[in-house]
Amino acid sequence: MTTTLLYALTGIGLFSLGLHALIVQSHLLHKLLAINVMSCGVFLVLASLAARTPEGSVDPVPHAMVITGIVVAVAATALGLAILLRIHALTGKVRLPDANDQLDD
Amino acid sequence: MTPPDLGIALVILPLTGALLAFLIHPHARWIGISTALAINIVLAWLLTDLVTSPQSYHYALGSWGAPLGIELHLDGLSAFMLMMSAVTGSGVSLYAFTCFRMQSTENDHSPAFWPLWLFLWTGINALFLSADIFNLYVTLELIGLAAVALTALAGSRAALTSAMRYLLISLLGSLCYLLGVALLYHTYATVDLTLLAGRITAQPATQAALALITVGLLLKSALFPLHFWLPPAHGSAAAPVSALLSALVVKASFYLLLRLWLELFHPIHNLMPDLLGILGAAAIIWGSLQALRQIRLKLLIAYSTVAQLGYFFLVFPLTAGQSGEMSSSAWQGVLYMLLAHALAKSAMFLAAGNIQLFGGHDRIIELDHIAQRLPLTLAAFSLAGISIMGLPPSGGFIGKWLLLEVAIAQGRWGYAMIILLGGLLAAGYIFKVIGYAFTQGQMEDSISETHPVPTVMQWAALALASGSILLGWYPAPLLELLAIGDPFHFLHPSP
Repeated sequence: MTTTLLYALTGIGLFSLGLHALIVQSHLLHKLLAINVMSCGVFLVLASLAARTPEGSVDPVPHAMVITGIVVAVAATALGLAILLRIHALTGKVRLPDANDQLDD
Repeated sequence: MTPPDLGIALVILPLTGALLAFLIHPHARWIGISTALAINIVLAWLLTDLVTSPQSYHYALGSWGAPLGIELHLDGLSAFMLMMSAVTGSGVSLYAFTCFRMQSTENDHSPAFWPLWLFLWTGINALFLSADIFNLYVTLELIGLAAVALTALAGSRAALTSAMRYLLISLLGSLCYLLGVALLYHTYATVDLTLLAGRITAQPATQAALALITVGLLLKSALFPLHFWLPPAHGSAAAPVSALLSALVVKASFYLLLRLWLELFHPIHNLMPDLLGILGAAAIIWGSLQALRQIRLKLLIAYSTVAQLGYFFLVFPLTAGQSGEMSSSAWQGVLYMLLAHALAKSAMFLAAGNIQLFGGHDRIIELDHIAQRLPLTLAAFSLAGISIMGLPPSGGFIGKWLLLEVAIAQGRWGYAMIILLGGLLAAGYIFKVIGYAFTQGQMEDSISETHPVPTVMQWAALALASGSILLGWYPAPLLELLAIGDPFHFLHPSP
């Protein structure tokens, strides 16, 4: 039970770490990586909570959820990278402008 | 065919259409418009079936029942939302059919619109039919990714950066939601909504899951103060895309929040409903004031969406701790506003698209002489404005009236005042646009730069706007439709 809890807490830790980086880092690649770290945290929570009984029979449903989640994360990262490349090609920057400058087009 | 089979057709049709439009992209627009037509036919069939035998339906996909398999669920509320997406979607499809053909010289990515929009439609329809919180996560992600890609389609610097911000926010929201789902699954060993509703109790894990899910969905539905990503994204996308984002995408996550709150978390009383109500009230004021300050038409409309979203969140305090008649008219009123707003806001964005195409810009103070030259577009904008302001007889009025009635009956004068004040502020920003559009300015220099706007695009906007007005004339059948299958039946006192 304690190992399960340890994994789950690590998952929450990764989630918070990723959230911190997502807010603090301004480089877009860092932001995308932060999102990935956060999703790894969520997946770790899901996988660790699959061990319901101490005897070790594992609930397979969370595993199916993790796999679905990974597919989503891959697709989202790919989309993010594609947009990042276009932003870099257009502006030469890899940061988001402040909300006020970008409204002028 | 039974209503659930037809519901499945509503998911498969746009999915097939999207794949076909992607593979055979020279004919994407024809595939898109015929898919939209097919969806409307199937939906009409479904609504007829549902009205003749009114009940709520469950459908086990692949005959795998609730604890293991994924169940779909269809009741009056889902059908109402499906209808909203079909009606708005068809209007916008009709507009895009002409619009993207015209812009093809300057924007070579326009064929990508159809597959992405049909994927978005798939996700939206699937979300309204799902009864499984994990499946709902998947549909949320489908909607989010398609919406981000559609925003980026405009290709300008503003569109790309706001698409990126939208992507990050959308992913953050879904991850919070997913973490909440993980906690709920761990505690109650099921992801099925009906089973969860029977098992849920007020434990720390439930409270944590509730907070995570609520915050995730608030980010996605852009409630003040989490709305910062919405105006740039909706303001910089192409006109049909802005219409879809404002009319449908934010509503999908709001619908999910409403379902989860009223089905799962209703028995767990805490401070959250009042907090959501206060944020909603702040959104109405802040969004309207920001809309008044804007110099570009599309941003004004986008801030008006922020304000209107605030109204929807008043449903949480107005149903919390209430039962029977009063809570049903609160949520039905909000849903009526939702439908009216979907039609009116898409009409406004399409009208703004026409104005931008006509004059090459959308600066509000230079809108002179639009009235004479784009009469249909200006009529569409004004009719939609009537519904947004909530003047009778319009769909927005019926929704606001129901909400106001509940707020006064409960003695919540603060909310009642906010509802009325929001209407006044809306009148302010809408008359600002209409006022400039009727001004007599210098005619000579603006004539040479104008482009003709195809009639289809003008009529599409006008049809959607008239829809939002017509809603005010026949509210009874729609409110009956909403009550089919008695969604949120636990709001009534059990006999």
